[in-house]
Amino acid sequence: MTTQLFYALCGVSLFGIGFYGMVICSHLLRKVLATNLMSSGVFLVLIATAARTSGGHPDPVPQAMVLTGVVVAVSATALALALVRRFYRETGETRLPATGVVTKED
Amino acid sequence: MKESRKQRLATFGFGVLVAAMVGVLATAVWHLPEEPPGLAGEVEARLGDAGASNPVTAVLLNFRSYDTLLEIAVLLLAVLGAQVLAGDEADLAIVRDGVRLRDDPSSNPVLEGFVRVAGPIMVLFAGYLLWVGGHAPGGAFQAGAVLAALGILLLLAGTHTRLAVMAPAVERGVMVAGLGAFLTVGIGMLLAERRFLEYPVPGAKWLMLLIETCATVSVAAIMIALFRGGRLIRGTCPPQREAGSKS
Repeated sequence: MTTQLFYALCGVSLFGIGFYGMVICSHLLRKVLATNLMSSGVFLVLIATAARTSGGHPDPVPQAMVLTGVVVAVSATALALALVRRFYRETGETRLPATGVVTKED
Repeated sequence: MKESRKQRLATFGFGVLVAAMVGVLATAVWHLPEEPPGLAGEVEARLGDAGASNPVTAVLLNFRSYDTLLEIAVLLLAVLGAQVLAGDEADLAIVRDGVRLRDDPSSNPVLEGFVRVAGPIMVLFAGYLLWVGGHAPGGAFQAGAVLAALGILLLLAGTHTRLAVMAPAVERGVMVAGLGAFLTVGIGMLLAERRFLEYPVPGAKWLMLLIETCATVSVAAIMIALFRGGRLIRGTCPPQREAGSKS
């Protein structure tokens, strides 16, 4: 198993762990963190597959995509956290209601 | 939270599903070809015309500049969304023992001392990262991240900064500067009878540097604003409401 393959498999497992956590965890903050974990996994896979070039230098296009992806992930996390804060301010809860319907009386 | 047996079964079943999905993805990754064609060859061939000798910067700012334009737009969208969601909660104030941290720099003297020493170095380092991105790993987003970290340190240390008292127009201008520079250059190329964002080969380096400088300032300002809940300007904070109270 080459180094790149090992890193790519690590990225895939990170993605799986993050996906599991995002769906299963009921606390909103943990969902946001799990989404971040998923994106870290994807970036690791992209970087690992960028190393497979015939010359000495890794492929710059996936590296640029990861740079873009990191910035987009930061923006998405910030917006998600703003949503969580607003949700907490409106309802006082940090977990989505079990029935799936949010009203101010809950 | 007591989980019923059905819930535990559903959680376990979902875990099995996720494990299966990870297995499928791992198999796909395992069977990826060892040396795919990729785009590295094309990038290598045209690197001389790109205006930057670092291939990643050339890809980001020249070959795939449209992606970077949209990326900066996404950052701006995030900060606008955060402003909308913050509503009338004017400040994400950090409070310790009832005192708002930014009014009391002496509450964390080690941090404040560190920021006094490290602050100018970080500004210098950000400028260096911005310039060196042309021929080594670096560039606009890295420099913007360092400046954003400096801004967040200043906020955490409680040091009064001019960030908090700038005019609203300046705040808006600073946040929009990156996207504005990018669009100006792109549309300028259209007016010069080239395609959108197609730089002329001799001037490419300076156009990219202009875009990167504005993007650095923008990225730093947006990230500091996101840390504060949407605005850079210190707002007048209304009395803290109880969470969940109806008013």
